Amino acid sequence: MSTHTDTLPLIGDRDPSALADRSPPWLATLRRSAIARYRQLGLPGPRTEAWKFTGLNALKGLQPVAASGSVALALPSAMAGLGRTEVRIVNGRLVEAPSAPPKGVEIVGLEDPASVPDWVNATLGTVASIETQAFAALNTAQFDGGVAIRIARGAMPEVPILLAIAGCGGDGATTIAHPRVLVVVEEGASADLVTVHQGTGSYLANPVTEIVVRAGARLGHAVLQAEGGDALHIAMTAVRLADKAVYDGFVLSLGARLARHEVRAELAGRNIEYRINGVYLGAGDQHHDLTTFIDHALPYGTSHEMVKGVLTGRARGVFQGKILVRPDAQKTDGFQMNRALLLSRDAEVDSKPELEIYADDVKCSHGATVGELDDDQLFYLMARGIRRARARALLVEAYVQEAIALIGRVPVRDAFAAVAAEWLDRHVAGEPATGEEA
Amino acid sequence: MALLEIEGLHVEVGGKPILKGIDLTIEPGEVHAIMGPNGSGKSTLSYVLAGRDGYEVTGGSIRFDGRDLLEMAADERAVAGIFLAFQYPVELPGVTGMTFLKEAVNARRKAEGEGDIDAMAFLKMVRAKARTLSITDEMLKRAVNVGFSGGEKKRNEILHMAVLEPKLCVLDETDSGLDIDALKIVSDGVNALRDPGRSMLVITHYQRLLDHIEPDKVHVLAGGRIRRTGGKELALELERNGYADFVEAA
Repeated sequence: MSTHTDTLPLIGDRDPSALADRSPPWLATLRRSAIARYRQLGLPGPRTEAWKFTGLNALKGLQPVAASGSVALALPSAMAGLGRTEVRIVNGRLVEAPSAPPKGVEIVGLEDPASVPDWVNATLGTVASIETQAFAALNTAQFDGGVAIRIARGAMPEVPILLAIAGCGGDGATTIAHPRVLVVVEEGASADLVTVHQGTGSYLANPVTEIVVRAGARLGHAVLQAEGGDALHIAMTAVRLADKAVYDGFVLSLGARLARHEVRAELAGRNIEYRINGVYLGAGDQHHDLTTFIDHALPYGTSHEMVKGVLTGRARGVFQGKILVRPDAQKTDGFQMNRALLLSRDAEVDSKPELEIYADDVKCSHGATVGELDDDQLFYLMARGIRRARARALLVEAYVQEAIALIGRVPVRDAFAAVAAEWLDRHVAGEPATGEEA
Repeated sequence: MALLEIEGLHVEVGGKPILKGIDLTIEPGEVHAIMGPNGSGKSTLSYVLAGRDGYEVTGGSIRFDGRDLLEMAADERAVAGIFLAFQYPVELPGVTGMTFLKEAVNARRKAEGEGDIDAMAFLKMVRAKARTLSITDEMLKRAVNVGFSGGEKKRNEILHMAVLEPKLCVLDETDSGLDIDALKIVSDGVNALRDPGRSMLVITHYQRLLDHIEPDKVHVLAGGRIRRTGGKELALELERNGYADFVEAA
C-alpha cells in the first residue's frame, strides 16, 4: 500500500505508515485502519451535516509540521492551587507526571506503546470512534505520546488531577499535534480531572480524550479550553459509562481562533447519571463550536446539558446537541438547553438541538434561546444608581456564573468562575454596547 | 427651593401623547399622592422621573434639586437621590440581594468621591434594615426577586429605599398585589423613612394605601393632566365617587 502522505490533508511531515510500522501490533493495526479511514473520510466539508456551521477554510492548504518545540506555560492563576497532581503534555508528548501519584492513581506515558500495561492497549481506541470522525482517525494514526490515567477500583483521590495540554507553534510554520489521553475509572472509584488546553503561536491542536467510567464509578471532568489566540483547536472527548456510573462534565471555551469540541457519550449501562454542561465565551473573530452526542442505550439513564454562550465583537457560536434514546432505554430522563447572549450586532450563533427517541416511556426536553441583555433588568440596575457598563457586566457575569454553578466539585467550580470572571472583565466590562442608541 | 419642579411636561410613548402638560412642585419633606384611573399616565410619570428609555419628552421641564433632570441618565438620577419603587420589581437571576445592594451603595459612594463601603458595616446595616421589613437573611442571599412572592418583592423595594436613603421616593403602585398584612409592613417601612429632608410621590389607584401613608397633597391624574389637587380628604372623596367624573372630563 502506498502512503501518498503529500496528498492527505493535515498529515504533516510525519509519515503515518512509518509510525504504524514502528508501533506494537495492537497499535499498528489500529493506526493502519485509522489511516485508511481518514483517507476515505477526508476533511469534513460544508456538505458534512455535522460540520455545516463550522467551516474549515482555515485548514485548506495548510501544510503543518509536526510540533517539536517546548514551552512552559503558567496555568491561569485560578487553576494554580487546584491540583497537586499535575500532568503536563506539550505538543502531544508527556513531559511531566508526578513521580509518586496519589494512592490508587496510575499514570502511564504513551511514548512507548510497546511497554504499556494491558489495561491501556485493551481500551485505547475502543471509545473514540474513527468510523465517522476524521479528526479522531487522524489523531489515532498520528499521536506520538500522550498519557493514560487509571483510577483503581474503589479509589477516591481527594485532590483533582490537573492535566495541562499545551501546543506551540513553530518559527513561521503552523504546527500540528495530536494529544492523546485515556482515562479509566474503575468500579466504584471517584475522581476529578481538570483538563486545561493552552498554547502559544500558530498551531493546530487535535486532542482526543477517551474516558471509561466503570460500574458505580464517578468522574468529575472540567475542561478549560484557553488555547492561544492563533490556535485552531479541534477536540474530541468520548465517554463510555457502565451501570450506575456518573460523569459530571463541564467545558469552558474561551481560547483559540477556531475551536470545535465534540463530546460524545455512550450510556452503555443502567441508571447512569451523565452531565455535560458548558460555557463558551467569544470575542473578536473567534469561532466556538460545541457539539455533543448523548447515546442512551439502556434504561433509567439521566442526562443533563446546559450550555450558555456569550458572544461579542464578530464572534460566532455553534451549539449542536443530539440526544439519542434507543428502544431499550426506557425511563430515560434527558434535559438539554442552549442559551446564547449576543452582546454585539455582528455576533452570531447557530443552535441545533436534536432529539431522536425510539423508546416510548421517556422524559426528554430540549430548547434554545438567543437574546440580548434584558432592557428591564438593565434599567432596574441603573435605577439603583449602577452605571450602564457596570450593569451590563453584572448581568453577563450572573448569566455565565449560573452555568458554572453546575460544576459539582466546589474548588473546581470556584477556579472556573474566576477564569470566566477574568474574561468578562477583559471583554465585557467597560465595553460600549453597540446599538444602544435604539 | 422646591426639591422637584415639573412644568408643562409633555411625554409621548411610541408617538402617542400620554402626558399632556403636567405641573407639579414638591417641597422637601412633603408627601404627594397621585391618584388616577388605569391608563391615566401615572406609571409614565414615574418612569420619566426615573429616566427610562422609550419615553420621549416633547415639551416642558423637570428640575430636581436645582438640576435639569432630563439631561441626566437613569443611573445619574438615582445617584442624585431619585428612587423609584417599581410596580413590577424585576427578577435578576444570579445576582444576589446583597451583591445588588452593595453595587448600588458603592456606585453612589463613588459618585461622591468616597471609597467602597466596609463589607462588615454594610452587612450589619442591611441586616438591621431588613429585619424591620421582615426580610430574612436567606432572602438577601437569594437572587434579587427570583421566586419572591408579590409581597416579598414590594418589601424588597422598600429595603432598597431604606438602604439608599434617597431624597425623592417615587412609589409606583406599591400597594398593588399586597394583602392587608403586607400593606402594613410596607407602609410602616415607608413611614419610617419620612423625614423633613425627604419627599415622596406616592402613585396609587386606590385610597387604601393613603390610610397608612398620609399625604400632604393629593393630585388626580386623568387623561394625561392633573385635574384636581387637594388635601388628603380628596382621596376619600375619590374612594366614594370613583374616577368617573374625571374620565369623562378627560
